[in-house]
Amino acid sequence: MTTALAPTAEPLVPGTPPPATVLQDVWRGISRENPVVIQMLGMCPTMAVTNLVANGLAMGLATTFVMVGAGLFVSLFRRHIANEVRITSYILIIATFVTLADLILAATFPVISRALGPFMPLIVANCLLLGRAEAFAAKVGIPRAVADGFGMGMGFTLSLTTLSALRELLGRGTLLGFPVMGASYEPWVFMVLPPGGFFALGLLLLSVAWVGGRRKRNVQAR
Amino acid sequence: MSNLAWIFVSTLIVNNFTLVMFLGLCSFFGVTAKVETAWRLGLANTIVLLLTAVCAWFLNAYVLSRAPFLRTVAFIVVIASGVQITEMAVKKYFPVLFRQLGIYLPLITTNCAILGLALFQTSRHYNLLEAIVFAFGAGFGLTLALSLMASIRERLELADVPAVARRMGLVLIVASCLSLAFMGFAGMGSAE
Repeated sequence: MTTALAPTAEPLVPGTPPPATVLQDVWRGISRENPVVIQMLGMCPTMAVTNLVANGLAMGLATTFVMVGAGLFVSLFRRHIANEVRITSYILIIATFVTLADLILAATFPVISRALGPFMPLIVANCLLLGRAEAFAAKVGIPRAVADGFGMGMGFTLSLTTLSALRELLGRGTLLGFPVMGASYEPWVFMVLPPGGFFALGLLLLSVAWVGGRRKRNVQAR
Repeated sequence: MSNLAWIFVSTLIVNNFTLVMFLGLCSFFGVTAKVETAWRLGLANTIVLLLTAVCAWFLNAYVLSRAPFLRTVAFIVVIASGVQITEMAVKKYFPVLFRQLGIYLPLITTNCAILGLALFQTSRHYNLLEAIVFAFGAGFGLTLALSLMASIRERLELADVPAVARRMGLVLIVASCLSLAFMGFAGMGSAE
């Protein structure tokens, strides 16, 4: 059995994460290692549910919940999970929390739950979760793992909310369902359709690259 | 148009898994730098999709009707095993391909297209034959999207673009245009 599982036995991301305070762990996920605009992880929910701010926000918060829960349990069991079956174990921990989040959302906000549809259980397949479990939570203590999960989740929520605000504003002229663009605004329907998702994220990435490039040039000029 | 043929065409182009439904975007952006790797990964995905469709149908028919809350957990375990089997087969019979795909082969487990297929097939109540046709359509749709994107990106390598757009920004705008092209099929079949 060991040989059969050998392909995934060596760590996908080698080395332990450098030491940092809990606050630094939280902040890194929001800024320098933002899952969406920097690492490009978790692309599917990022584009599929960001046509409305309410959906984007709900997806971000649900993912944060799963990230914190999975970080806690992966870190808690990190000395007990055999190396050969660790990916499967992480996936099972994540799937348990996703089921919890799915049922809680369906019980409290049935409208949003229906709007997200299959994308709620699809949080399991968000590479961000497995990526952080493997690269971070499995190698550090519980406080840091939870802090990293929370930071990454918040960074994810922030990007999703920004993206969905942009798309809802341009595509429907509303924010959270309230009209803000005035009656004369002609909705740019393209933005709420699938191609608009790619386009909006492309714009976001281009502006991030532009700002980053300017900052680098300013530093060099000084 | 018969039901089965319609399911196939619908998942292949009208509701293309990657470009219209946003499933499997990680590999869509990660492995589309070269055409050859892209369509081979598409085929590896198709095999896993087929295995998953059959297993998910049996699980739905005999096990999950008694415990629907275990759906997500059960599907992901089936998929993880399916990926493991495919990985072993690829390593044994196509070692070169195994090295080319690298980390993206085990990462098929977290390809949302696979889990998405199992979930959609459940919510649409497909029978076994329909599920298999659905998996073929989804797999070829993925392969089509990956190969198209990879061919465009190979050309983009030679283009002179502004420094800001050299990384993923431009790729996303290109993906947007591709998706827009596929939107042209929207509404096809809705009159039936």
